[in-house]
Amino acid sequence: MFELILFSILNGLVYGLLLFMLSSGLTLIFSMMGVLNFAHASFYMLGAYFAFTMSGYIGFFPALIIAPIIAGLLGALVERYGLRHVHRYGHVAELIFTFGLAFLIEEVVQFFWGKQLQDYRVPEVLDFTFFEMFGNAFPAYKAFMLLVSIAIFVLLFAVLTRSRVGMIIQAAITHPNIVAMLGHNVPFIFMATFGVGSALAAIAGVIAGPVLGTGPAMAFELGTIVFVVVVFGGLGSLSGAFVASIMIGLIQTVAVALDVSVSDFFGLFGMSFSPDDFLVDVWTITLPQIAPIIPYLMLVLMLIFRPQGLMGKRES
Amino acid sequence: MLEVRDLHAYYGKSHILQGVNFEIGDGEIVSLLGRNGVGRSTTAKAIMGDVPPNGSIVFKGEEIAGLKPHQIAQRGLGYVPENRDIFPALTARQNLLLGQKKAGKSGRWSMEDMFDLFPNLRERADVPGGVLSGGEQQMLTMCRTLMGDPDLVIVDEPTEGLAPRVVTQVGTLLEAIAARGISILLVEQKLAIALSISHRVYVMGHGRIVYEGTPDELRANEQIRREWLEV
Repeated sequence: MFELILFSILNGLVYGLLLFMLSSGLTLIFSMMGVLNFAHASFYMLGAYFAFTMSGYIGFFPALIIAPIIAGLLGALVERYGLRHVHRYGHVAELIFTFGLAFLIEEVVQFFWGKQLQDYRVPEVLDFTFFEMFGNAFPAYKAFMLLVSIAIFVLLFAVLTRSRVGMIIQAAITHPNIVAMLGHNVPFIFMATFGVGSALAAIAGVIAGPVLGTGPAMAFELGTIVFVVVVFGGLGSLSGAFVASIMIGLIQTVAVALDVSVSDFFGLFGMSFSPDDFLVDVWTITLPQIAPIIPYLMLVLMLIFRPQGLMGKRES
Repeated sequence: MLEVRDLHAYYGKSHILQGVNFEIGDGEIVSLLGRNGVGRSTTAKAIMGDVPPNGSIVFKGEEIAGLKPHQIAQRGLGYVPENRDIFPALTARQNLLLGQKKAGKSGRWSMEDMFDLFPNLRERADVPGGVLSGGEQQMLTMCRTLMGDPDLVIVDEPTEGLAPRVVTQVGTLLEAIAARGISILLVEQKLAIALSISHRVYVMGHGRIVYEGTPDELRANEQIRREWLEV
């Protein structure tokens, strides 16, 4: 049992921090623009594809730096020449714009790389077992993912709370006009935030691509979970996004690992189900089978009982 | 210092400013008076580029109509918003630091000057702006703008909802600002401080300037006061 818990927690942290790399950027962008960026996970996908192609020429580690920079610049261009113009037509237009962009990026990716999964692999230097316990191996690459995610988290936190740029961003989120009239270039700050948010998503793509798979569906697959995370944590709340990322990361990995069902619970009391019992399929369904549903179930329950999310503020 | 000619501004389809003309000289304190809804705040926001202006606004010899708000601020125009719009999550000190246009660049005013003027702010420098009292927040918004070393400050309704003792403090600060050679445009509804510290006053009505004179002339002109100012 101990090894199960330990490995589930480690895997949950890897996945949760990965989710936070996406949800942090999405949350910052939402706070500034007031709009959920549907194309956010597309930059995660671009990061993975860019790094996959580049690593063939320059190796994995240079690609880990350069791919996010390119994706970040693309993000900044999208804000500067796309969203900023759509902004004047209101939130609905912006939402539809990001929705369209997500499809556009997916099509473009398929155009260049095709529909099949890419052979994007863990780099050889990191392809070994980090430690082994009770017969279970923890791969070095996952430890590397954990390390990169924690470094990004610490850096983001330090910049936002300790630096002048972070203070300007915090102030611009709530009072963009006032910040501008103090002489700060608010449109530029918005563009840069969008770019950095996209770059963070791309870093997540670079490091997750070899583990979760690099294919045209990857943006949609992770994107939906990231939306669950930001809504569950509370739209616009960075700490909420962090807590929700870790929670959903842990819950999903633990649920996959615990092979139990309702019938096991009754089994403790000596009761068992026969194949003819009423709704037998429901009672014998196992937790790993419903694991993919759990985040969405959490989302629905949260919206019913606490619509502002864990730490979000109710819009007045 | 500032020359506004035939300034028009719109909110949607409503024509708020209908040809405003006035000017402010170097080191002058000028008040823009009028009842609610006549376009005083809109005039201030149009000068700052926060509301798109139509017409001519010349600041220190340069046309600034059409520039972006941060460009206008960078040229030396300071704006103190109404409603004491501080950044609530940041501390008082951080609020002041954001007033500086570049990190560590202080001009005529240093952080110490602000604390000397308002010892309260020194004591509460490291508490979040959101928990300061109304009067402290008003001082903070004014000091924050001064940290950017403006040549002209537009102060929008600084005494609204403040206790009389704090109103006096606001008046003292405005005089301290003027003593350093900075021009002031005071946008006010109430006459009290405006008449006591201004060199000249303008009265607005229906999106236009309807009267120009000295505070003494306005005091003597009961008809203008009754028609355009008194509620």
